[in-house]
Amino acid sequence: MQDYDPLKDEPEEKVDESSGVSRRDFLKISTISAAAVPILGTKVVQAAGQPVKIFGPGKVPVELTVNGQKHNLQIEPRVTLLDALRDQLDITGAKRVCDRGECGACTVLLDNRTVYACSVLAIEAQGKTITTVETLMQGESLHPIQQAFVDNDASQCGFCTPGFVMAFKAFLDQHPHANPEEIRRGLSGNLCRCGTYHGIQLAIAQIAQKGA
Amino acid sequence: MPDYSWPDADHRTLIGKRILRVDSPVKVSGRAKYTYDYHGANMLFGKVLRAPFAKAKIVSIDTSAAEKLPGVKAIEIIQKPGSTVPWAGDEIVAVAAVDESTAEDAIRLIKVKYQPMPYLVSDAEPPAGAGEAAGPMSEDDIDDAISNQMPDAQIAKYLEEHGVSFKVDDDFLKDMQGEGASDAVLAAIRQAPYHEMKGASHSNYQKTAAQTSGDPDKAFAEAEVVSEGLYGAPVIVHCCLEPHGSVSEWTDKDHLFTHISTQNVSGIAAQMAEPLEVSAANIRIHQDNIGGGFGSKFAADRWDIAAARLSKKAGGRPVRIMLERDAELKVAGARPSAYARVKVAAKKDGTITAWQSQSWGTGGPGGGGMPPIPYVFGVPNQHKEHTAIRNNIGPARAWRAPNHPQAAVITMGALDDLAAKLNMDPLDLWLKNLDITGPRKDVYREELAVAADLMGWKEKWRPRGQNVSGNIARGLGLSIHTWGGRGHASDCDLTIHPDGSVDIKMGTQDLGTGTRTTIVIVAAETLGIPIEAINLYIGDTLYPPSGGSGGSTTPGGVSSSTRRAAVDAREALFAKVAPALNAQPEDLESVNSTVRVKSEPSRSLNWKQACSKIGAMPLTIRGKNPDKSKLPDLTNSGVGGVGMADVEVDTETGIVKVKKMVAVQDCGLIIDLKMAESSCYGALTMGISYALFEEKIMDQATGRMLNPNMEFYRLAGLNDIPELVVHMMTGKGYDERGVIGLGEPPVISPGAAIANAVANAIGARVSFLPITPDKVLAALSQPKAGA
Repeated sequence: MQDYDPLKDEPEEKVDESSGVSRRDFLKISTISAAAVPILGTKVVQAAGQPVKIFGPGKVPVELTVNGQKHNLQIEPRVTLLDALRDQLDITGAKRVCDRGECGACTVLLDNRTVYACSVLAIEAQGKTITTVETLMQGESLHPIQQAFVDNDASQCGFCTPGFVMAFKAFLDQHPHANPEEIRRGLSGNLCRCGTYHGIQLAIAQIAQKGA
Repeated sequence: MPDYSWPDADHRTLIGKRILRVDSPVKVSGRAKYTYDYHGANMLFGKVLRAPFAKAKIVSIDTSAAEKLPGVKAIEIIQKPGSTVPWAGDEIVAVAAVDESTAEDAIRLIKVKYQPMPYLVSDAEPPAGAGEAAGPMSEDDIDDAISNQMPDAQIAKYLEEHGVSFKVDDDFLKDMQGEGASDAVLAAIRQAPYHEMKGASHSNYQKTAAQTSGDPDKAFAEAEVVSEGLYGAPVIVHCCLEPHGSVSEWTDKDHLFTHISTQNVSGIAAQMAEPLEVSAANIRIHQDNIGGGFGSKFAADRWDIAAARLSKKAGGRPVRIMLERDAELKVAGARPSAYARVKVAAKKDGTITAWQSQSWGTGGPGGGGMPPIPYVFGVPNQHKEHTAIRNNIGPARAWRAPNHPQAAVITMGALDDLAAKLNMDPLDLWLKNLDITGPRKDVYREELAVAADLMGWKEKWRPRGQNVSGNIARGLGLSIHTWGGRGHASDCDLTIHPDGSVDIKMGTQDLGTGTRTTIVIVAAETLGIPIEAINLYIGDTLYPPSGGSGGSTTPGGVSSSTRRAAVDAREALFAKVAPALNAQPEDLESVNSTVRVKSEPSRSLNWKQACSKIGAMPLTIRGKNPDKSKLPDLTNSGVGGVGMADVEVDTETGIVKVKKMVAVQDCGLIIDLKMAESSCYGALTMGISYALFEEKIMDQATGRMLNPNMEFYRLAGLNDIPELVVHMMTGKGYDERGVIGLGEPPVISPGAAIANAVANAIGARVSFLPITPDKVLAALSQPKAGA
């Protein structure tokens, strides 16, 4: 790894494509890093049989489209989408809890698919539409899913709530006629510590009955 | 004198109703701000280097490479060479840098040399003969006790009784002061008698004195039935979703502003003042929302002090240190374990006559106190011995209802096994022995009847192992519990403005327990205006102090101070309005946003008109709790409660599925029935989680926690939650007691009830929580005993 010093600031390089490396790919690359070393200088490595562009080290320009608005950032390639949202853009509805894709508190939509924002690199989210919980309200009106959470007291400390709400919305967008059992399964990637599941189950029942 | 007492049922429009949580909309929208969400201008990111060894002496620390890393703005050595770290994950050095990745890189560049020392992380049953009688405290013991947050009074009492094993000097006192020892503890160290330490080294096992009451030997000799068993609950962690941490900034050289995730807004400044050498009056603490505490967030922690020091070194720039998930699970608090070998004696009719227990457990370096066993049931003849295991697993902190869930698992398990041996329905055994539960026996009787009805206990209950269909075994279990309550100290400033707007300021915090909702309901009820008309400000030391949220004391505290403030404000308003209505102040009432003459309601002013009579200046009233000059006491202490579980066990896989749970709970006068029920639903859920999944698993080979993440430290999920039924006891006999908190009691019984239901289903006892499939299969493979 002598050519690859993450601590050394290198001149920034303009990147014309946004084919970044997801955290999962990065883990794969780590495991084959010894083999990849000789071609690091070219900024392309073979990982899992695919050529993958290498960003950085050092800060690189990143353009993110969040809730319909474009943002240009200078961040290191290792910054996750979650940290870019929270620490760079001050969009804090998605929470950092496990930082390992285990709890769902950071759930956001990437091209309308749910992702754990802690497990996606910001560079990988370029060119995609990023939607966070902040967009769900229409003016001062709550989205029906949010209203169902309020009606059924489905939040206590509230730290898991935005993640649940986003996972719920995305699941329903893709399965508009889902029954409560299916919605419950759809939300099983989210965890709560205060124990608000009873209220969430009631919110699910309300939405399954009345629609969102 | 005004009547401060709670209005009776006929005069309550809000109190006791199901009212929606006032801060739900801001939480579901993602707009609610937590400490972790605060991003100060030019904020620096702090990271902490943690010790890799369970016990080690720090030999040297070299931060030179980290200092040279571009972007690093400050480095703070938390523990100097020569210090001993008492658990893996203990804080050594903190770094502040321009971004998080740079701070992480800097941490990796710091070189620390350790001299590893022998350690213990197991809390297995102490070997026979292990353990020394309580002896004098060494320097390490005192250091451990302070780091481990042993209560001041307990440290002082121990020092007074057992003394110290070394010569106390000023350097040591100064060190301990630096570690956070209070003046009371420092005084106790100074005054402690010197005793020589017996034996060369100091055992990990410390026997507390045996306790005997009545004549247990005689009672066991005369017993008609004796049941023996092994029961316990492991160390679990709080796993707050928002980790511990803070953001500190020096607004000038003498003034600190700290955002911190805390259950103790009004109590933090005093804790930070001494180590930071700044007066508490110059420290402002702020918190809008907290992402979970559960008993683990009362202190200004070492990392919080480090963040403030880093900020000072960095010219006052805000420095954020929020714990990473693994640190949160390793070092930010745990519930002590408790295990016991228990023998219970009874007559054939089920009358319990004697209790004998050998218990042990750990709360980290400070050991672990004996849980209050036998729990709830005051068995007449008892002999108890407890061994505290002092080990290197990390610090214990209060976890909802400290020591009670463990005591319930041990006691209710032993009584359930006794019932099986007597061929009795445990419900009948519990009812038979209610006389020895003390002053709340009639409450338990009433609650057990309600719970049995809601569970369908009489129809569903079968003797052990007799409700099996194929590989599915079904069973019922129950437990009862108790807790204190009362209300903490609380000051409330209520202001009525001449334009009719109302605000309340209080330095309290809402843990998700409904504190905001409680305050506005009480104020709105008292002033006769809607809850939306009240602007509530909490979570800041700019507001009058209110106690830390622990021990279920917050509802009592905040509702009392709010009630007194609102009654006095209402009376003051009436005095201003009376002349305009040609009435005496005592003839007025405020109902539906109208101030009117009681006997002639048509003589009235609407709220806004009435408030315009105040004059140019707003009217501010301070309400206090406690306040002996403004009786009655609006709070109370002492509740009962019942938990029942219906489970299904797959005897091929060992998987336990909870099918239904019932909670029946009293808590005096309920302010918001919906919040109260939600607390119970949450407690049942947390109970299912610690009964089936949770354990802080320590590895003796490495001295580390094996599951410091949320994949292997499992919390219950949506699919683990069955039908939950909650019934709150209200009405006569309950309402007039005043307000009592609810954070602790309902979380006590679920673990014991589930453990007993599993025993009922499979006809064998799984001794220790969590009841994982491997333990179920092991229990099934044991020869049946007791059933």
